[in-house]
Amino acid sequence: MASTTTVTVPSATAPAGRRIQRNVRTLPLIAPSVVVLFLWMIVPLAMTLWFSFQYYNLLDPSVGGFAGFENYTFLLTDPSLWTAMANTLFLVFWVLVITVGLGTLLAVLFDQDFYGRSIARLLAIAPFFVMPTVSALIWKNMLMHPVNGLFAFFARSLGLPAIDFFGSFPLTSVIIIVAWQWLPFALLILLTAIQSLDSEQKEAARMDGAGPFSMFFFIILPHLGRAISVVIMIETIFLLSVFAEIYVTTSGGPGLASTNLAFLIYLRALREYDVGGASAAGVIAVILANIVAIFLVRSIAKNITD
Amino acid sequence: MHPRTREKIILTLAGWLAAGLIFFPIFWMILTSFKTEVEAIATPPKLFFSPTLENYVTVRERADYIHFAINSIVISVGATLLATLIAVPAAYAMAFFPGRRTKDLLLWMLSTKMMPAVGVLIPIYLLFRDAGAIDTRWGLIVVYTLMNLPIVVWMLYTFFKEVPKDILEAGRMDGAKPKQEVWMLLLPLSLPGIASTALLSIILCWNEAFWSLNLTTSEAAPLTTFIASFSAPEGLFWAKLSAASTIAIAPILVFGWMSQRQLVRGLTFGAVK
Repeated sequence: MASTTTVTVPSATAPAGRRIQRNVRTLPLIAPSVVVLFLWMIVPLAMTLWFSFQYYNLLDPSVGGFAGFENYTFLLTDPSLWTAMANTLFLVFWVLVITVGLGTLLAVLFDQDFYGRSIARLLAIAPFFVMPTVSALIWKNMLMHPVNGLFAFFARSLGLPAIDFFGSFPLTSVIIIVAWQWLPFALLILLTAIQSLDSEQKEAARMDGAGPFSMFFFIILPHLGRAISVVIMIETIFLLSVFAEIYVTTSGGPGLASTNLAFLIYLRALREYDVGGASAAGVIAVILANIVAIFLVRSIAKNITD
Repeated sequence: MHPRTREKIILTLAGWLAAGLIFFPIFWMILTSFKTEVEAIATPPKLFFSPTLENYVTVRERADYIHFAINSIVISVGATLLATLIAVPAAYAMAFFPGRRTKDLLLWMLSTKMMPAVGVLIPIYLLFRDAGAIDTRWGLIVVYTLMNLPIVVWMLYTFFKEVPKDILEAGRMDGAKPKQEVWMLLLPLSLPGIASTALLSIILCWNEAFWSLNLTTSEAAPLTTFIASFSAPEGLFWAKLSAASTIAIAPILVFGWMSQRQLVRGLTFGAVK
């Protein structure tokens, strides 16, 4: 297949003796990065692990000492952990479904040639660059507000009752906001992947009489498989710790209805000052993220072969 | 009409409709920022009104807005410079003098990025409290530097690898010392790559809202924290919130649009090309 007639390895043309090789001690160059990242990762993680086995409350210095697994048993028998866990997974799952589903369709659309495509694409990826506190507040106030919001106005014009988004569907509302923020990410990555598809392959399929649908299902979607899995993994890692959107909209409420694991840890640590309990929850969050990270690292490793 | 042309017109309508729907919340925010507070909450919503710059004037006159904006700039630029400074030597060594462990090292660096911040919130908070780093700019600069270091090393590494080795070798033949080689050949040659790496780092710092909400209150609070304070009293002052938000996101939106290609490389760690 590939032409193998003219293989000229650069090093073969220049005799090894004449190449000027520099002997650089790489250790001092790499060490700063490695050391600071090591400290950043290992020290706090070890402390979290240590605290999770301690009685430790910031408000009550008289409590202390080794707790064994008590923080964990307390946490695991506490229904709020399971609520938070369920909310976390629900949020991750639905945001992934929305962003990957719509993202794929939009990527196919923006791969087509149409008038003003590059400007339309700029508009479509804009939400990704809006800071989370701003996007959460735009949606909360100007769009989803039950009295003065735009959605309430549309509902009333159609003769429907206005929906109290954050009162009745707090988690769903958060999901809508987060999905809006991450849709451009999926779109951008998947569009890049589609554009790397060989145009000859597309042309050949078209010549063989492939319609738009068989084109999508048999050529484009299989090609996108890898990119979709990367989008899913990277989004999952970020979505497991959604925080600011909940912080400014629902504060986890009503009750625990929109509290995810990240927000629960925040509540325990910085509102109730229960360092031990919060640390145990932190360890669980780290384990959850690592399960995904293992797969992600593997698929990155495949690409750093050269 | 030619079927090809009709197809293109339908695609144009679909594409612009999709883009318009996605962009709409931002458009609506920008529009609201030019309304008066009364018009901002009016029902039915006003699409046509006489625009006013009043909100921008109010936001600018409130000295603390400038204070938060300066915090955002100092923290993002500071963390980006610091991360680049630490990352350039490492990326240089890994790109041009790879060893057996280089790949593992690179993967390990990226894996630190995958640790959830909440997992280390408590120790970092306590360490910062004891060090007096809560609500200080340098505290947030340190956190953001470490947060983005893996991505910065990774991106610089891929950009350095694209620099033709022959040019560097020619420089060596002419007797360039290692320092000269880096300063006078490598850095100028990979300047576009370094610039887009720095841009991505600034974008990520500017929009970061977990550490800024938890580690700052007022003195060192960047714009993310400032905007969050609008959520407190049942979202009054929509027009002013919109004006403050519009200024807060404008520069980053432009940066993001400028660097959208390189963004894919940085955000997927090269897993999608």
